[in-house]
Amino acid sequence: MSTEVATIGLTHGASEDTGLGHRGPESKSIVVPYGFWLFVLSDMVLFSALFATYATLTNATDGGPTSNQLFDRNLVAIETLALLISSFTCGLAMIAAKRKNMAWTQIWLLVTGLLGAVFLFIELYEFATMVGEGAGPQRSAFLSAFFTLVGCHGAHVTAGLLWIGTMMAQLWAKGFREHIMRRLLCLSVFWHALDIIWVAIFTIVYLIGTLP
Amino acid sequence: MTEIDPEQNVAPGEPHSNILSETTAYVIGLALALGLTAVSFWVASTSSLWGPGVAVGLVVLAIAQMGVHLVFFLHITSGPDNTNNVLALAFGVLVVFLVMIGTIWIMGHMNDNMMPGPEITNLQMQH
Repeated sequence: MSTEVATIGLTHGASEDTGLGHRGPESKSIVVPYGFWLFVLSDMVLFSALFATYATLTNATDGGPTSNQLFDRNLVAIETLALLISSFTCGLAMIAAKRKNMAWTQIWLLVTGLLGAVFLFIELYEFATMVGEGAGPQRSAFLSAFFTLVGCHGAHVTAGLLWIGTMMAQLWAKGFREHIMRRLLCLSVFWHALDIIWVAIFTIVYLIGTLP
Repeated sequence: MTEIDPEQNVAPGEPHSNILSETTAYVIGLALALGLTAVSFWVASTSSLWGPGVAVGLVVLAIAQMGVHLVFFLHITSGPDNTNNVLALAFGVLVVFLVMIGTIWIMGHMNDNMMPGPEITNLQMQH
């Protein structure tokens, strides 16, 4: 790509770039995260179906426990805080990685992973308590929808934790190579997206579900 | 990482180039998100607000917080380098709203139309 062509932007009306790919494809460091962004958005579409299911079934409790009796707002507040701060430290890890600072990148990734583990631990504790009280997913349609929606998010967090661990090892072994940086960027997009989905979950499931 | 050129596309989640403004962006985002979360929890537990409006208010706060996350953490902006990211996001949001509002709308009407009466409705809804 020549420098003259490279400086012509898509949005310049008088430019020669027709937006039909004259400049050739973008570099891999743009295309790969963009493709991952499309995946994350389709993941959100998947979650929207689970949200819609949950919203339709909230009242189908089959005489069993209702959302008001089951959910503990204090636990949810801690979960929310852990995930939000982990999103922040994930951003700090990206800032450190961009400057090729290995120590801080690893530290912030570790903090991100630990906060994610705190979140997951509290969620599993909540699930175990509910199942112990006889409010498992087989109790009613409402609880099936609840465990599917929140459990699916928890599964994503678990996958994210595995991914963080993998990236820490890869960074350690291979350093800040270009393809490692791409993966790191995808990881941060994934992790921030999980937090965005959690905002919807704590609002719709836990806060609106426990309104008097 | 290459220097960010405003004429080029930028990947979603790509941080800014200056360390101070970069960190500031994340701190502002964290502060806004924490504030919105705190307001959400307060709105949900206070009794000083008009009851029927609380759920709507919570949804608005959640959407605002998602916007904060998108702008400050995922760096989705309205700039020309972000056009592709924003278009993909717009399509995603469209599908999400179609699925959610469509489902709630249709299923709500089905419940209204299928249910014989309030006393039996309650029984049927419980299965």
